[in-house]
Amino acid sequence: MLELAVKGNKWYWGWMVVLLGVIGAGFGLYLMQLKFGLGITGMSRDVSWGFYIANFTYLVGVAAGGVMVVLPFYLHDYKAYGKITILGEFLAIAAIVMCLLFILVDLGVPTRALNVLLYPTLNSVLFYDAIVLNGYLFLNLVIGWNVLEAERNGVHYQSWLKPLIYISIPWAVSIHTVTAYLYCGLPGRHFWLTAVLAPRFLASAFAAGPALLILLCLFIRRFTNFDPGRQQIQTLAKTVAYAICINVFFFLCEIFVAFYSQIPGHMDHIKYLFVGLHGHGVLVPWMWASMILMTVGIVLTVTPATRKNETSLAIACIVIIMGTWIDKGLGMISGGFVPNPMHEVNEYIPTLPEIGITLGVYAMGALVLTVLYKMAVGVKEEVHG
Amino acid sequence: MNNSRRRFLQIAGVSALGLGAKPVLDAFAAGGGEGPGFHVARGEDALDAKQWAMVIDTRQLQSSADLEPIVEACHKVHNVPTTIVNKNHEIKWIWEAHYHNAFTDKTNPFLNESVEHRPFLLLCNHCENPPCVRACPTKATFKRERDGIVLMDFHRCIGCRFCMAACPFGARSFNFRDPRPFIQETNKQFPTRAKGVVEKCNFCAERLAVGKMPACVEASNGAIAFGDLYDEHSEVRELLKENYTIRRKQTLGTEPAVYYIV
Ligand code: SF4
Ligand code: SF4
Repeated sequence: MLELAVKGNKWYWGWMVVLLGVIGAGFGLYLMQLKFGLGITGMSRDVSWGFYIANFTYLVGVAAGGVMVVLPFYLHDYKAYGKITILGEFLAIAAIVMCLLFILVDLGVPTRALNVLLYPTLNSVLFYDAIVLNGYLFLNLVIGWNVLEAERNGVHYQSWLKPLIYISIPWAVSIHTVTAYLYCGLPGRHFWLTAVLAPRFLASAFAAGPALLILLCLFIRRFTNFDPGRQQIQTLAKTVAYAICINVFFFLCEIFVAFYSQIPGHMDHIKYLFVGLHGHGVLVPWMWASMILMTVGIVLTVTPATRKNETSLAIACIVIIMGTWIDKGLGMISGGFVPNPMHEVNEYIPTLPEIGITLGVYAMGALVLTVLYKMAVGVKEEVHG
Repeated sequence: MNNSRRRFLQIAGVSALGLGAKPVLDAFAAGGGEGPGFHVARGEDALDAKQWAMVIDTRQLQSSADLEPIVEACHKVHNVPTTIVNKNHEIKWIWEAHYHNAFTDKTNPFLNESVEHRPFLLLCNHCENPPCVRACPTKATFKRERDGIVLMDFHRCIGCRFCMAACPFGARSFNFRDPRPFIQETNKQFPTRAKGVVEKCNFCAERLAVGKMPACVEASNGAIAFGDLYDEHSEVRELLKENYTIRRKQTLGTEPAVYYIV
């Protein structure tokens, strides 16, 4: 099927060249980071995880979000999704590739990355995270590829795939659960030390993932001869609507617990994020923007008229992706580190090289996604077109 | 050349196989207690304990001037880079803090004046139930069963900084850049670190192995006591019996082994 990815018009190749350019620039900056050390980022002794880990966390969510088309199709026999499950699976692959790259660029000594497997440490959540992420990548590659090939050949996919497909559904939940456990099991980091963190991660994942999928479907319909279908997009939109509401609900639960109990350790991080602490508050405008964006997203997806109109739906998806990215990416990680264990406030701001490397990783993900979607859409055009 | 010290922390044959067989639950319960088979070559008069512990008599350390030589002794003997200007990249094993930063859960609005203005020494607590050890994915941070010291293998650390997020005491530093140009005077008896790994206080494991007390204890003029927490006749136990002591954030259950007399 790979041959489908090497046939394309000038827009396709132009896009690929742009992506390669960004990847190249990111790689150059990464070489700089390798030479100097992680000191070229904005991270510090106090905020020891930054942009890389934040984006990693966000993209684990995007990857898990793909299951929102796989599950209804295979478990509820919701036939309409048959057309687009492959898009969910391939999105998950691209997202996981980015996740693994973000972990790699975040390591102080990347050449030793394999130590995680050479010295398996059963009490470390990171060990399990490595396993579930790689496992999910593997599952989606095997399932996505074989199902698509079967569709191309006009046959039913191999029966041995069925158990893998069923496994992949709880597995999607596991990747984001384990990723939340990285944070919520740490004593003394009160912002993360909450049982609702994993559910909240999942809720925001099931909003952001399908929202991105809707945008991709709209794009595909517009620029190719394959129509993912109006009904499919509308059903996805309902998933997004529920999930973003639940996400905000979980957030409000956090606010209630912190501010009704009035325990300073719980309140301080939230105060830092939303009103600033001891005169520091770089994230304040961002966090409010996130809240506004998510609220607009709720209004647009819950109101039938704006959900059914694909233009306003597209806007809703964009604001939801932005809102959840700020919430989970920017706020969640540095918010957990500020104030530090000694209650000192040292803020974190990503540096330009750090942002450049991040963009490089995103471009890599976009490249993988483009190639995979090119193949998927090519097959769909052959079969349905 | 003191061979025993030079070979400090050399890995002598690591076998992951045995550890892989350990039941998962056991591993959780123990917090990954078992080190991966590191050998610190020990001299004949090596000091031993079930769990090394420290009692800091803060009444005897009233000003920054009292603390300075202690901090300096540690940083000097362990090749800690002290001339890094960028605060973000700072490395410290032992440092000075205000009471309300040291004991965030024990701050009263109206405090005994002498305590309020007294400087406090902060360092790794060598917790009996260390969350940093639990978090480390490579066992580069491990709790030595023999004497309870939480040690690091700089050659195994991948620099993921999970341990830094896990430590509730801010005891860990990361080498954001090559530290060597910032070491004032290199101590050839102790390894320097490379960029990309985490480091922290090691309770002077290399000195205990040859019968010496930790450098900070030696430099403290008797203000810091060091001994076995589980030997009821040890100096630290005597002090704990006679004085009221506090520990940092003991409600988190990490069981810090550094006690403060205030
Ligand atoms: S003080 Fe921090 S680094 Fe030291 S043992 Fe306890 S948790 Fe680990
Ligand atoms: S930074 Fe090193 S010591 Fe810390 S958790 Fe990662 S591998 Fe372990």
